[in-house]
Amino acid sequence: MKKTSRDERFSATERKKEVLDKLSNLGENLYQQMAQGNFPSIKMPSRSIENIYYNPEVRQYVLGDRTVKRTAQNIRHIKPFTQLVWTGYFAQELTTNRKTSTLRDVYYSAQAYEISFQDQAESDNVITDLETVADCAREDLNIFPEERSAIFGDLTIEYTVPGYEGKQLNLTSHPDGVMIGPALTYSEFVKTTADKVIAIEKGGLFTRFIEENVHKKYNALLVLTAGQAPRATRHFIRRLNRELDLPVYIFTDGDPWGMHIAMVIISGSANAAHLRELTTPDAKWSGVWASDIVDYKLPSDPLTELDVKRLHELQRDPRYKNDLWQREIKVFMKHKRKAEQEAFSRYGLTYIVDEYLPAKLEEKI
Amino acid sequence: MVTQTFEEISPADFFYRNRDIAGFTNPSRAIFASIRELVENSLDAAEYVMIPPDVYVRLSYVGEASPESAIYKLRVMDNGSGIPPQHIPSAFGQVLFGSKYKLKQTRGTFGLGGTMSVLYGQITTHQPAFIASSTGISKIYMYKIMIDIQKNRPLILDRKIILNKERWRGTVIEYSLEGDYIRAMPKILEYLKQTALVNPYANITFVDPRGRLYKFMRATTKMPPAPQETLPHPYGVDVETLQRLIRFTRCNTMQEFMKTHFHRVGELTASKFLTFAEIPASKSPKKLKREEIVRLVQNMKRFKEFLPPDASCLSPLGEELLRTGILKELKPEFTAVRQRKPSTYSGHPFIVEVAIAYGGNIPQKGDFILYRFANRIPLLYDEASDVSFRIMKGINWRRYKISPDMPIAILVHICSTKVPYKTVGKEFIADRPEVKREILNGMREVARDLQHFLSRQEHVERERKRLGVFSKYLPKIAQFATKLAGRQEPPDIKKLLDKVKTIEENE
Repeated sequence: MKKTSRDERFSATERKKEVLDKLSNLGENLYQQMAQGNFPSIKMPSRSIENIYYNPEVRQYVLGDRTVKRTAQNIRHIKPFTQLVWTGYFAQELTTNRKTSTLRDVYYSAQAYEISFQDQAESDNVITDLETVADCAREDLNIFPEERSAIFGDLTIEYTVPGYEGKQLNLTSHPDGVMIGPALTYSEFVKTTADKVIAIEKGGLFTRFIEENVHKKYNALLVLTAGQAPRATRHFIRRLNRELDLPVYIFTDGDPWGMHIAMVIISGSANAAHLRELTTPDAKWSGVWASDIVDYKLPSDPLTELDVKRLHELQRDPRYKNDLWQREIKVFMKHKRKAEQEAFSRYGLTYIVDEYLPAKLEEKI
Repeated sequence: MVTQTFEEISPADFFYRNRDIAGFTNPSRAIFASIRELVENSLDAAEYVMIPPDVYVRLSYVGEASPESAIYKLRVMDNGSGIPPQHIPSAFGQVLFGSKYKLKQTRGTFGLGGTMSVLYGQITTHQPAFIASSTGISKIYMYKIMIDIQKNRPLILDRKIILNKERWRGTVIEYSLEGDYIRAMPKILEYLKQTALVNPYANITFVDPRGRLYKFMRATTKMPPAPQETLPHPYGVDVETLQRLIRFTRCNTMQEFMKTHFHRVGELTASKFLTFAEIPASKSPKKLKREEIVRLVQNMKRFKEFLPPDASCLSPLGEELLRTGILKELKPEFTAVRQRKPSTYSGHPFIVEVAIAYGGNIPQKGDFILYRFANRIPLLYDEASDVSFRIMKGINWRRYKISPDMPIAILVHICSTKVPYKTVGKEFIADRPEVKREILNGMREVARDLQHFLSRQEHVERERKRLGVFSKYLPKIAQFATKLAGRQEPPDIKKLLDKVKTIEENE
């Protein structure tokens, strides 16, 4: 392993203990309030828009000082309050028993305890509350979203999940890549020969890269984000960057949405302003840029009204302050064209790997 | 050359020719009107002696008359005052004969109803009517009569006197008539129900032609105070009335005349008025010229200083009795009742009583149910033309958080010595501004009462729900917090639940 600070060092067991402490502290706090004859209440940072700020130092959105108080004395709070306490209890059960669950699963599990969620959106929201209260990501609480992304390349990991403890796996073992699920999230890194990470938006290109041996030619770990990267994947990319000191290059479609996929990996989302360690501030967006569409004469489509509206939003977004982003937004707006990653296929199947990729990796941003 | 013949017709003949006016329009209306007239006579007769009325009505099938109608025998019996023996034939055998031809609030006005019913029976079946009555003396008088229509005179066919050992008091009438009960049935039953509502101290029994028994039992024996007879108020007097008064007065001066024959006119008012009307106070009323009489009537209406008529001649039901009647017949969840202060229109005193009833057995019809009463008579026809209907439609009910799709009935009762009916049919009340104002204010008052009730009810409901929410969730919070904390025993939350009961909306 290369140099990593103690704080950044991921230790599944330590992390777990910390999470369990947080949950039992929450329970004890509520218990004491009730034992003293008071309505239990919880104070937590507000996640309302007014309390979300961009912090240039940590290069991500963070929550401000505002707090909200949820109290069981308020009839409008008591139901979500109960849901929150139950979710805490459920996460505790999961963590203690080393089981994981999906967001969907949580929604259904609640019904067994006569805790009703109107829909999954409501249960997802309560899980976000719990993240805020317990100050840890839902993945730390053993709750995962449905979406799965994948990784392929020469990295050997060691499982920590029950039944696989000590078992090692090289991530080139499966030609479709290995799913970034709970087991991989909790694994420890053992060794790698790679010197970079290439994150790719789309499954088609990910497969093409594996077929074309990009991982060997360019000594890279390939990560499929499958659209907007799930939190577990963003956290995993951060770990690759921090623990293994690997530079990260991101390839997305050449449109405002692709651009933002890259940005969320780099600087995080406002939705996760209450969380840390999901961002990789040093990662680079390598393409497809608006200027690539022009320079490589890529087949392109006109921007839709929605695309243009999104560009205007991004232009004002504090995460998009630096030159590259502002420049590319302007080029998009000037030519009003967008292109997908697959557009390179007009020059033959290997062009993107042989010509475009090395050029972009060389690019000084 | 055409010869035109002039003939005088008797009142009986007039009504025979114009029976539509009195409500005997068709076989269905006729049977309804007959029952109604006789029931009202019976109620009046019992109230006259301040006895809670017992009215028994029996309608039995006799035979077919035409495809749309049949012959029925109608019997109505009451425990009322009874009719003095010498008046019995006239009471039912002479049109415009009656005891009600005075100024006080009564149900009928002309002594027309009873005779009209008998007259109608006679012209449709040509059968005599049987009448028995006693005023509670030792004899019961029984008559069999028909009406000589052209002469407006009763024809006595038979007369019997029997001993009244049990000192029975009341009147029985039985006669045949043609009618259509099948079609009239809903209105008759509705009429009886509403009559029972507005006369909660009466027992009304009805046996219909199919032998079904309908009983409307009294809920109280309290009766409203009997109305007192009163003199006419100057504002309400017309030329004809004034001429009649002059004809039979024994007063020798106008001053005396005004004082003696008019309501609320004393020494001072009389002299002030006569000065105003420029008529010498010492003049004999008998010497007034025709145009002077006309001018006198005009000045009576113009003179501003007459005292308003008092309401002692009126007999409203009263809030307590009206409430009793509503609870008895409509069985609502809530009712509010208001009696307005006496008021007058054109010299006629009147009192408006308004009630609102909500929920319980009141059906949800998509619109308010309106019950209209005048002098304790239900008005069942021409609802949409009635002033109450229009006022009800004009009110912005949303202001009271009331909407027509709620189960709501509204009752309006007008008592007056002269109910301002719009037509001779006497089924709906005219838009007199004075009457309108009283009804409107009455409706607003009861609407406010209902609004308070509903918001109180809503509050209770909200509290109940609130408690339900807390008692559902607090134990769960305790349960899961205990597990989270790694403890065994959950905290005692009984105190918290007790607190919930006492805190009002703490949000």
